Amino acid sequence: MIREERYILQKGSTRYGPGYYFESWLLQHLQAFFFSLGQFCRNPLSSLLTASVIGIALALPAGFYVLLENAARITSGWESTVEITAFLKNSVGNDRALEMVKELQQQGNVAEVRFISKEEALEEYRQLSGFSEALDTLQSNPLPSLLLIKPALSKHPDVDVETLLKSMQELPEVDSAQYDQLWIKRLNAIISIVQRAVLILAVFLGMAVMLIIGNTIRMMIFNRRAEIEIAKLFGATDGFIQRPFLYSGFWYGLAGSLIAWLLISISLWLLQGPANQLAGLYSSGFTVSGLGLRNAGIMFLAGIFLGWLGSFISVRRHLRAIEPA
Amino acid sequence: MIQFTNVYMHYPGGTDALKNININIEKGAMAFVTGRSGAGKSTLLKLIALIDRHSRGQIIVNGQNLDRVRKNRVAMFRRNIGFTFQDHRLLNDRTVFDNVALPLVIAGHRHNEVKKRVHAALDKVGLLPKQNARPMTLSGGEQQRVGIARAVVHRPALLLADEPTGNLDPALSWEIMCLFEEFNKVGVTVLIASHDLDMIKRMKKRIITLREGHTLSSLTDSKSKT
Repeated sequence: MIREERYILQKGSTRYGPGYYFESWLLQHLQAFFFSLGQFCRNPLSSLLTASVIGIALALPAGFYVLLENAARITSGWESTVEITAFLKNSVGNDRALEMVKELQQQGNVAEVRFISKEEALEEYRQLSGFSEALDTLQSNPLPSLLLIKPALSKHPDVDVETLLKSMQELPEVDSAQYDQLWIKRLNAIISIVQRAVLILAVFLGMAVMLIIGNTIRMMIFNRRAEIEIAKLFGATDGFIQRPFLYSGFWYGLAGSLIAWLLISISLWLLQGPANQLAGLYSSGFTVSGLGLRNAGIMFLAGIFLGWLGSFISVRRHLRAIEPA
Repeated sequence: MIQFTNVYMHYPGGTDALKNININIEKGAMAFVTGRSGAGKSTLLKLIALIDRHSRGQIIVNGQNLDRVRKNRVAMFRRNIGFTFQDHRLLNDRTVFDNVALPLVIAGHRHNEVKKRVHAALDKVGLLPKQNARPMTLSGGEQQRVGIARAVVHRPALLLADEPTGNLDPALSWEIMCLFEEFNKVGVTVLIASHDLDMIKRMKKRIITLREGHTLSSLTDSKSKT
């Protein structure tokens, strides 16, 4: 036993040093890398078809993600226009109200406070309602003074509007306070549900990508059965045999990601015109934002990883079954 | 080089393919295994190459007890063996050069060394001018020679040939046999399975005859020389 082991070791160590082994490892990786690329390019149509299916499967969740990002950007623009209206008690005079404005402006979570006195409110109402004559008959001004408070959302996006509202309601001078843009909160809640749904979709489609690549690799393995048998007979390790298939998975993932990126870019380009038109109608400076470098990078990494993983699982399952006979 | 001691081989669901085989082939020897189809010639070669595992007994190849060669060492073990086959088993989507280079690529040799050794092997079998041809375009004899070049390119200690002349006419067969003899002369142990008894008798080497899994006669080297 010991003698036999030494035989193997001597054969290796006396002829080559560790550098040689590293070099041949690197060489074999390069060979597999380019060999699998060659295989990919040799059947351009079938490779492209497989890569396109992967591309669509990757583009769907990534595309939805981009749309949601844009939707979230629009609503966050709306959220910064949230204003709390605090109606003051009748007993509070204008002097006290102006003091309150100064006090509130000291607070960090408040961006701007505007005071509208009862007189100003009545004047505004008179102009807007068209009931000016009817109002003239009133003995006293029925309208309350009010404070319009803008939360400092643009500076501190995490300012809690609810807390601010509550503190307004607790002020002794305030009769009631409200903020009327609850629907934005509801819209955001809906968006986060859709975001979760897109995440689930992404998981399913990621699995689909793995299955597609796994099946493609399985076919490749069986097409190259004779070659695998011969290679095993001449002393190829499992690592040597599976390497080109793993690189094939890499190429499919990369090509699929590239196609997904193209699909998303084209779709966004098609949406750009109508979106700009709509933004123009709302006189908003909104433009559709793309995938971005970071997200594109994540998509490419995910595509390559799924390709590799699908290939790895397939290779593990099917390569063992092929033994020379 | 090859030592069988009381070796049995039983295929699951079948009969015993080999029964109580005792053979000893010296390092550097050249020997033939013969017998009818189904006598166990191929099984014998498969056991040596660890394609199949024997059921009982002991096989020692190149100083290694095959019982102790674990699954993950089989690849390394086979790197010391060269194979040729009756049906050549060349890869038809590669050139002759790439076919012959396969064992060297598997072993991870550098490109210039691969080139040097493949050229030497192809030169030896007389096919250097055809290195860029596809195997399908070659004749049967040429394909067998490509197979031999592939079997010796990594300088194995042991060369196993399964019916190397099965599909060739007598003149070509003789040429192939002489090629094996040349490799044997430079120190490679050669074991050839063949049913062409007339021809292998003319080679004047040791002949192991199998019948229904038994060794019928196993002339030793010394006897065959006399």
